[in-house]
Amino acid sequence: MSDNGDYIIVAENVNKTYPNGVKALRDVSLKVKKGEVVVIIGASGSGKTTFLRTINQLETVDAGKIIVEGVDVTDPKTNLTKIRADIGMVFQHFNVFPHLTVLENVMLAQILVRKRKKEEARQIAMEFLTKVGIADKKDEYPTNLSGGQKQRVAIARALAMHPKIMLFDEATSALDPEMVGGILDIMKQLAREGKTMVVVTHEMGFAREAADRIVYMDSGKIIEMGTPEEIFNNPKTDRLKQFLSQIL
Amino acid sequence: MRRNRHTLLWNLAFVLVLVGIGFFIYKSSLKINYSWNWRAVPSYLVYKAQQEIDSPVQGIVKGFKNGKVVIETIKGNIVAFKVEHPTLKKGAVVDAGDEIGYNTSYKAGPLLMGLYMTIKVSVVSIIMALVIGLITGLMRISDNPLFKNLSTVYIEIIRGTPLLVQIFIVYFFIGTLFNMTRFIAGAFALAVFEGAYIAEIIRAGIQSIPRGQTEASLALGMNYFQIMRYIIIPQAFKRVLPALAGQFISLIKDSSLLSVISITELTKAGREVVASTFSPFEVWFTVAALYFVVTYSLSLLDRYLERRLAGDE
Ligand SMILES: Nc1ncnc2c1ncn2[C@@H]1O[C@H](COP(=O)(O)OP(=O)(O)OP(=O)(O)O)[C@@H](O)[C@H]1O
Ligand SMILES: [Mg+2]
Repeated sequence: MSDNGDYIIVAENVNKTYPNGVKALRDVSLKVKKGEVVVIIGASGSGKTTFLRTINQLETVDAGKIIVEGVDVTDPKTNLTKIRADIGMVFQHFNVFPHLTVLENVMLAQILVRKRKKEEARQIAMEFLTKVGIADKKDEYPTNLSGGQKQRVAIARALAMHPKIMLFDEATSALDPEMVGGILDIMKQLAREGKTMVVVTHEMGFAREAADRIVYMDSGKIIEMGTPEEIFNNPKTDRLKQFLSQIL
Repeated sequence: MRRNRHTLLWNLAFVLVLVGIGFFIYKSSLKINYSWNWRAVPSYLVYKAQQEIDSPVQGIVKGFKNGKVVIETIKGNIVAFKVEHPTLKKGAVVDAGDEIGYNTSYKAGPLLMGLYMTIKVSVVSIIMALVIGLITGLMRISDNPLFKNLSTVYIEIIRGTPLLVQIFIVYFFIGTLFNMTRFIAGAFALAVFEGAYIAEIIRAGIQSIPRGQTEASLALGMNYFQIMRYIIIPQAFKRVLPALAGQFISLIKDSSLLSVISITELTKAGREVVASTFSPFEVWFTVAALYFVVTYSLSLLDRYLERRLAGDE
């Protein structure tokens, strides 16, 4: 494994079939360097979400291996809670905790998982709520927030754990159009700050601007991989060309 | 305006119907020559008890002061005893042990004592039922076949057999085996019964919480117990509160069956009072009213809690 030393995520020949028989991932291999921003694109049903979720093991794999920070997360003996705390995840549907205030949403896992004192957790929470621009809503319940504001809470909640990796699964897809830009700006800023990010998105503008590398998936396979320049200006496969022609 | 008048009229009709029903009951009772005796009823709830006071000393009553009887003993000492209602005259001679009067105090009558027992056994039982329901509810949704099957069997058996039979089994079999008191056996039998229903309520409540809540918690590194304790159960609890309150109300009403194992709760107390007074109508109406006061208070409390918890939904 010595050649994998620079990589924070190493996926090797990952295969996944859902119980209903759908083969969602076929021999997916991907290496992500520390500080790299990888954007996964592809048609609906191509396996983007499934792959992202195998990285923090919300989805198990049938074959293959995924090493995160040197830990084999696909090994049944691995303590997942520990490694998951280092992997922040932002969902399409926010999944904020409706029974907790904004501040409590961002504090809870810090206290339970990171074992931080309440005061420290509150300070860190406020730091990230300020960063995503909703510190003034700290005492609101999520139901009083717009979709964009909920997603900001969800991002702050993930960042407050000081994760080494951030996963984004279509973080802007459920938002009203006028909210999308604000969330993308936050993600771009994180990319500039050198956060390791794996981002599933349909926002090609974001991919072009923020990605170090773009991965194109189709029917559970990685078809093409390259810099934004290579993917958008020089697509090699017909499938990618067709996909781009449809989406751009 | 017009609408208002209509509601008023219908409400009036509602009151009239109630009065009509009351009148019908009264008329019917006349037909069977029932003689109503409501005046005795309050004393089954609260009554004035007389407590006889005996003189501990021998002497002569010298007089009365500040509600006390003053007695000069044969040795010449002056002593005073608190007696609300002295029965002796000044100058009377008393021996040690002679009655000098009585005090009165309010005591709970048999129905109030029964109500107290009903509430006590219900509270203990509700707590046990919640614990049983929570554990088996969680077992029901677990992936482990042992837990899953055990809880399913428990729930099916409990729901498929009469409570009365379960009470007998718990009392005569389990109660004897573990040397339980009547009270504990009764409370436990009720809890085992209602726990099965509470388990289903809790299972449904937990399953109604979107999967994303668990996934977000997992992604943050929380473990199963933390997720249940801090994320799922608080949300589920809010959703199942009305159903839980309904189950608690059932439990209180079902506690009347405990009279069969001689726990003197409200129903048994009612039977005893009827046996000695021959006023079954008054007593049973009163017993029903007492049950209703308790269950209705509970449903008011539930409504209050629902409104309070609604704030963050
Ligand atoms: N829980 C599941 N059970 C069964 N099949 C699933 C499940 N989740 C996804 N699938 C199937 O697996 C395939 C890949 O799905 P996935 O959600 O990973 O695609 P995606 O690329 O994220 O699509 P989208 O752009 O629509 O989000 C699809 O055919 C989907 O129907
Ligand atoms: Mg998806």
